[in-house]
Amino acid sequence: MREVSSEKTTHPVLIFWIVAGWVGFLILPWYGIEDGFFRLDWLLDGYPLDSDYAPAAFLIGQGQKLWLAPLLVPLVAPLLVLTKRKTDPIFAKILITAGAFGFAWLIAQGFGIGIRGWSFGWLQALFGPLEDRQFGMGYGALLLASSYLFLFTQGIAARGAINGDVFVVSAVSGVIVIVSVFVFFPIAKMLLAAFITEDGSYSFVIFAAKFFDDRIWGLSCVFGSGRCGVAWNSLFLAVIVGLLTTILGLVFALVVTRSGFRFKPALRALTVLPIITPPFVIGLAIILLFGLSGSVTGYVADLFGIRPTRWVYGLPGLLIAQLLAFTPIAFLVLIGVVEGVSPSMEEAAQTLRANKWQVFRTVSLPLMRPGLANAFLLGFIESMADFGNPLVLGGNFDVLSTEIFFAIVGAQYDQGRAAVLAIVLLAFTLGAFYAQRSWLGNKSYTTVSGKGDAGVHPQMPRGLSIPVLTTAMIWAGFTIVIYAMILYGSMVELWGVNNTLTFKHYITAFSMRLEDGGIRWSGSAWDSFWTTIKIATVAAPLTAAVGLITAYLLTRQTFAGKNSFEFGTMLSFAIPGTVIGVSYILAFNVPPIELTGTGIILVVSFIFRNMPVGVRAGIASMSQLDKSLDESSLTLGANSWQTFRRVILPLLRPAILAALVYSFVRAMTAISAVIFLVSAEHNMATAYIIGRVENNDYGLAIAYSTTLIFVMLAAVGLLQLMVGKTRIGRRMDHKSGG
Amino acid sequence: MAGTPINSKAASVSFRNVSKKYGKTVLAVDDVSLEIEAGTLVTLLGPSGCGKTTMLRMIAGLEMVTSGQIMIGDRDVTKLPATDRDVSMVFQSYALFPHMSVIENVSYGLKFSGFDKVETHDRARAGLDLVGLGEFGARLPSELSGGQQQRVAVARALVLEPQVLLFDEPLSNLDAKLRRQVREEIREIQQNLGLTVVYVTHDQEEALAVSDQIVVMRNAGIAQIGTPRELYDAPADRFVADFIGEANLIDCTIQKVTGGIAQIDMSGYRHKLEARGMEPGPATVAIRPSRMRLVRGATGAGIKAQIEKATYVGSHMEYVVSGDFGQVFAILDDVDDALVPGEGVMLSFDEKGPVLLPAQ
Repeated sequence: MREVSSEKTTHPVLIFWIVAGWVGFLILPWYGIEDGFFRLDWLLDGYPLDSDYAPAAFLIGQGQKLWLAPLLVPLVAPLLVLTKRKTDPIFAKILITAGAFGFAWLIAQGFGIGIRGWSFGWLQALFGPLEDRQFGMGYGALLLASSYLFLFTQGIAARGAINGDVFVVSAVSGVIVIVSVFVFFPIAKMLLAAFITEDGSYSFVIFAAKFFDDRIWGLSCVFGSGRCGVAWNSLFLAVIVGLLTTILGLVFALVVTRSGFRFKPALRALTVLPIITPPFVIGLAIILLFGLSGSVTGYVADLFGIRPTRWVYGLPGLLIAQLLAFTPIAFLVLIGVVEGVSPSMEEAAQTLRANKWQVFRTVSLPLMRPGLANAFLLGFIESMADFGNPLVLGGNFDVLSTEIFFAIVGAQYDQGRAAVLAIVLLAFTLGAFYAQRSWLGNKSYTTVSGKGDAGVHPQMPRGLSIPVLTTAMIWAGFTIVIYAMILYGSMVELWGVNNTLTFKHYITAFSMRLEDGGIRWSGSAWDSFWTTIKIATVAAPLTAAVGLITAYLLTRQTFAGKNSFEFGTMLSFAIPGTVIGVSYILAFNVPPIELTGTGIILVVSFIFRNMPVGVRAGIASMSQLDKSLDESSLTLGANSWQTFRRVILPLLRPAILAALVYSFVRAMTAISAVIFLVSAEHNMATAYIIGRVENNDYGLAIAYSTTLIFVMLAAVGLLQLMVGKTRIGRRMDHKSGG
Repeated sequence: MAGTPINSKAASVSFRNVSKKYGKTVLAVDDVSLEIEAGTLVTLLGPSGCGKTTMLRMIAGLEMVTSGQIMIGDRDVTKLPATDRDVSMVFQSYALFPHMSVIENVSYGLKFSGFDKVETHDRARAGLDLVGLGEFGARLPSELSGGQQQRVAVARALVLEPQVLLFDEPLSNLDAKLRRQVREEIREIQQNLGLTVVYVTHDQEEALAVSDQIVVMRNAGIAQIGTPRELYDAPADRFVADFIGEANLIDCTIQKVTGGIAQIDMSGYRHKLEARGMEPGPATVAIRPSRMRLVRGATGAGIKAQIEKATYVGSHMEYVVSGDFGQVFAILDDVDDALVPGEGVMLSFDEKGPVLLPAQ
């Protein structure tokens, strides 16, 4: 007979984490290494005695950083229970106490003591001045913190939480901790920053003064002759973009699913293009077309003999650019919903004597409601968070995201103002997020029942299909023109002035030479290009992993606080990149977690920006897998980790690949958070391109962007090859099946 | 049921040389002609992919015929879309609108049929009462059990007083106990209101239980049409014999035919039965498991055989018997003196029951 695990007195997982804790304390450098996380120079440079590289134990041994000493106690305590049975109450008690105390002390000392000694005045008052100081945590601290966390979770598991499943308890706690550290902590830090006065104390007055600034909430464009506040500008733009992208997205979804239109695949491909395009590239193309020296502007000016104007800079240009950029996102959301409306619903309505238009109005459209709400929310948030287009096209139409950027990097350097603006931005997106959730409520409209849906979607009513097809055609034509412009623009000497064709820009950016038997990457873009590829490659699998584990927990496990857990993990979806950028700068510039200027902060920001997509993809495909699969694996003697690894994971391959490619693409095209976090050493492609645009070097910027588009096309193509076409178990037209 | 404002306008349905092709190659229905009398319940029965659901959807107007003609009553509906046909359908998935309450679901069709508000409401209520769900009007479909959803779907279709009511495997999403109850209710409503009902199923027992006529379909065509009894007792060929109920098919030789009675021979065992127009030569005999006789021993009339398996199922014994003819399945009522595996038996047939079929 199989030994019942709870009666075992050897605990391999426990031993592993205790050893890890000791390694973190005794062997690895305690503080962050300045040269970079992955450099190993420290091994030869005074380790283990040099206090920059020394492990905690050596620091204490040399009489330094004595506040680290109490960390030994919770490391020793778990050794006492190694021989105890899991069911012994003392086992759980000691692990919980040790883990909780260790973790709490680690955090407390990290926040309490910073670069200038005590971080808070009252600590100094209490303990007297401190001669020593400390920097950001490094490998040792990281490992020890994980060790404490997982000792703690094993303690709770031993007490029977979540059926005593160590893997699930640890995974839940792990996700909670990293989301708290990398989402909630920075946001909280940012909220605090809005209240900080110049001398470092907190004041509500200063917050109120910045918050009620006329530059944010002014209404003089309505009631006077001046400009409106940035908050109104952003809100106005976002609402219009949200509405229009939803309508356009629906139009495309209808054309693809409910019309006899012949070029559906081409249309689909066209709508995917903007997703792999860095968002501001559309803005650049608009400038090429409608800018002061744009081709359309020039043509119209010649034709009617009027002087070219800068009309496109501002609201009109932004609106066009964002519509082009974000409609595909709405389309991708809506296509699933439009296809998901059960054909038998619509057929039932037809047999109940409703004509096509009535069926569409009373059945199809209401069933698409959740999708429409989702698409609107996405368009709204994307528009609010968009940074690239307002930067290149905004003109005098200021929006929140660019204002935040200029508050931090501009001459004004006002962190408090940036924080306040970010709070306003966050309030808008969270407000929309909340409104959408409460509007939809708990109504379940999922109509794919999996049973007996043999039918086919009816075609659109005629009165609808004509305007819908026309709109789709116009949009498609415009998109083609835009991309042609981008390709052409990248090969023109100087747009609007000298239209000779040239590869000059590509050569400047991507030239290479064979030299001394090696390749010399002499082009100016290579640095940022390789950094981008590297960071995207590191971030993608991590994003997919965190996302899928979270999805697994949400679909397969029940535990107390699951709803707040889900809300928390989805929240970062509603946090605009600009806000993430600002809050990361504010939170991770000082100990205990010092990350600014490193590549890690970029990777981390990508993980938590894109995680919700991984979670969604995971949930979608995991809910297709029957729970009896897990249960049969569990009854066959596997534990939940083995079940996850051997049963769930292999069945999730398509979701994994989707999450991988999505996060890869997003990491390569993102700009809003990235622009705050790049450094000279870790420059990203998008940030580099924006830099070129600000120097009016459009040729190079567009050439670089074009290259990025092709790189991502290749990545997406590779994915298509690997996964193959996903098929929904329903025939798509009248042609096959029976 | 008297006094409900729901009446029947039952009409006949006829298929005239109807074919349906999907694309260029897939023939779902191949030149079918069929008459369905007004006021009867006709079942389309067959294995999956035989074209039965396509037939149903063509009556509804959800699929258009490739060639041929469909009549409902005296009216040619071949080219009419679903909306304009006086037909309603109960879907396998019920297809209740999740965003409408039960009463709104039932009123849905009435709204488009030119009834005023008061009458729409009265009729919807009457429909719900008819299926015993009068109390549940305000609920959402998601708040009902599977059986209740089923009945709402029936009510929604009934209140329109359609000329033809269609059921697409209506019981397949219900559990076994409910199935029997719901199918009896459907049959009762059909008979009380005198509706024309076309009913698709792949469950032969269900078909036998509810139908006036059964249309057995195979490979896009009709294999046999008849009352449940005709199909069970006199299947036209091996396919129907095997599909309706269980049948043992044994090769035999017709030795002679006299006065419509054939004498057949199987390994020396002789039996007389209706010739059904067949000539001497090789043939197949189909016998229901319950029409078999097994006698212990190796002598007497019958075919020599051996018990392979014996299963006690309470009310009767089930045996697998093997011999020169292959394996057959037999059901015997005698549970007290059961045969045991390995025992030799003589196998013979009841006087009534065996049916002669063409050889394969």
